[in-house]
Amino acid sequence: MTGWRRHEGLAVALPVEGIDTDQLIPARFMSRPRSAGYGGYLLHDMRRDAEGHPVPAFPLERPETAGASILVTRRNFGGGSSREAAVYALIDAGFRAVVAPSFGDIFAGNAVNNGLLPAQVSAEDAERLLAALAAGPLGAEVDIDAGAVTLGGLACPFALSEAQREKLVNGWDDIDVTRRHEEAIAAHRAALAAARPWLWPGATRDQGAR
Amino acid sequence: MTAPRTLFAKLWEAHVVTSAGDKDLLWVDRHFVHEGSHHAFAKLADRGLPVAEPGLTFGVADHYVPTRHRDRPIADPDIARMVRTLEENAATHGFSLFGLHDSRQGIVHVAGPEAGLTLPGCLVVCGDSHTSTHGAFGALGFGIGATEVAHVLATQTVWQKRPKAMRLTIDGPLAPGVGAKDMALAWIAKLGADGARGHAVEYAGSAVRGLSMAGRMTLCNLSIEGGARMGLVAPDATTFDWLAGRASAPRGADWDAAMAWWADLATDAGAAYDREVTLDAAEIAPVVTWGTSPEDAAPITATVPDPAKEADPARAEKIRAALDYMGLVPGRPLEGTPVDRIFIGSCTNARLEDLRAAASVLKGREARVPGTISPGSSAVKRQAEEEGLDAIFRAAGLDWVESGCSMCVGMNGDHVNPGERCASTTNRNFRGRQGPGARTHLMSPVMAAAAAVTGTLTDARPFLKERAA
Repeated sequence: MTGWRRHEGLAVALPVEGIDTDQLIPARFMSRPRSAGYGGYLLHDMRRDAEGHPVPAFPLERPETAGASILVTRRNFGGGSSREAAVYALIDAGFRAVVAPSFGDIFAGNAVNNGLLPAQVSAEDAERLLAALAAGPLGAEVDIDAGAVTLGGLACPFALSEAQREKLVNGWDDIDVTRRHEEAIAAHRAALAAARPWLWPGATRDQGAR
Repeated sequence: MTAPRTLFAKLWEAHVVTSAGDKDLLWVDRHFVHEGSHHAFAKLADRGLPVAEPGLTFGVADHYVPTRHRDRPIADPDIARMVRTLEENAATHGFSLFGLHDSRQGIVHVAGPEAGLTLPGCLVVCGDSHTSTHGAFGALGFGIGATEVAHVLATQTVWQKRPKAMRLTIDGPLAPGVGAKDMALAWIAKLGADGARGHAVEYAGSAVRGLSMAGRMTLCNLSIEGGARMGLVAPDATTFDWLAGRASAPRGADWDAAMAWWADLATDAGAAYDREVTLDAAEIAPVVTWGTSPEDAAPITATVPDPAKEADPARAEKIRAALDYMGLVPGRPLEGTPVDRIFIGSCTNARLEDLRAAASVLKGREARVPGTISPGSSAVKRQAEEEGLDAIFRAAGLDWVESGCSMCVGMNGDHVNPGERCASTTNRNFRGRQGPGARTHLMSPVMAAAAAVTGTLTDARPFLKERAA
């Protein structure tokens, strides 16, 4: 994963509350390998009708939104299932940032782990951004260092923890970071094994039906 | 004398290996993996890393497994490959597997606790958001994504920002026919699907203390539907009685040592929470959902909400869209809405107690609509059959199938057809959750059973009264 600080791209509005991860990628696509790309599954059942034809009125199906990389939406984006495939679908479809008043906790963690910025803005700012995008997509900029998204003359601050910011900017992989703490982990394990050895249940085997 | 601490604070602090910025590195005591964890194993293989603690890693086949014809090879090649990949990963890395044909197989959040793997004081993670279930034992249980699963496999630790502590107190007697599912949907309807975001919710109060372990697991399971990072209940005699003698629970002197620690985990008198919410148990009625989020929940005696009466335009729009998807008319009573099928299953409500409750309504009655009952685990299935519950369900005309996530998530081929309305004991009424175009109404096992009998959304209480008489 490569880090990034600043991104300019096309912002698109999705003025819907509570887009859960089942919407972001329906479960039936998740047995497929990532190598072919998950972008085509993004919001699949919202953008396509029962026969599989595109719904022309859906924002991401409008020709002028092609190539959009910044999604502006309403509260509780990415709630529900922990499926990281929801983030893969956004990234593979070209998105770098989602701007919303709130995110599912697990989704936000997954996003940062994959270089997707979950930019949390106030509910008022989200509505102002959505209003600015109501007529169609606009060029926008997200700046992680400045902690702001700018578009159509608006500049809205977003919240990001220091740990999230560092990971996005540096493109850090947690496994590499954690390996620097190998000694502390070993010490914790040793103390635990001495104090509560019963926490290791031993090899568990099928004892068959009663 | 140390400052008084909450249950959550004691558990969290016991697991901190080190800290960096606003994140803590936490030791993981139990890591459950399933067929859907293939992305994480692929990441591990890419780096050529072994599983750090195979003895604390447990595989369970549940998300994709067929619930019918288990004596035959799996028909769907994608599913067969995923189940085989989990078996191969278990063999390669040397961790225990509750595989498709293992007597301990079941849904991870039912089968894991049943085996005695989930213990008070443990930190339990799994690449599944309903890992919050395990908090019922006074454990830290939370779902993680695939990158984090790979990290836990490689290091047996996970980085987390410490959530805030919230106490949800539900005091008073529950009315007959009202249970843990209704308690959960009632608080989620009150606070919203993101109402407890960023919080660890400790459930407290006499109504919670009075719940069995099955009820506590249902309550904690649904924590994520209110946006909570996890849910917890302090361990007590109910917890210890349930655990004693289970296959992987400590025994003898180990049990005594564990009890000495567990008995001290409950929140100290005077410990402060970041947030307190209270509910009156007596005000909770049997709940059903009417929309496409678990927060869209109301008593069965209520009417379908009217978006025209909603002041907030965004909220009105959301209601309108939900009712359009659900095919419901504003202002009409929820009770009497025709359903096409029922489903009793999932990590939320498919434990033995849930099946007994459903059977108490269905005994000697016939279902007017088709339905499927998938027990929470293979052990629950055997026990239910010993008690003759399967015969009651079959006599009612319902399908009695094997254990798995099944129609809750629709990954294994069990699904609700487009446009069909399903009375379901599951956890998510999201659009398309049970299949493209499926309309899901969440409810308790007795309510789903009553819906089967009448073919409509129905208040189960009169059915239960008749039984009691």
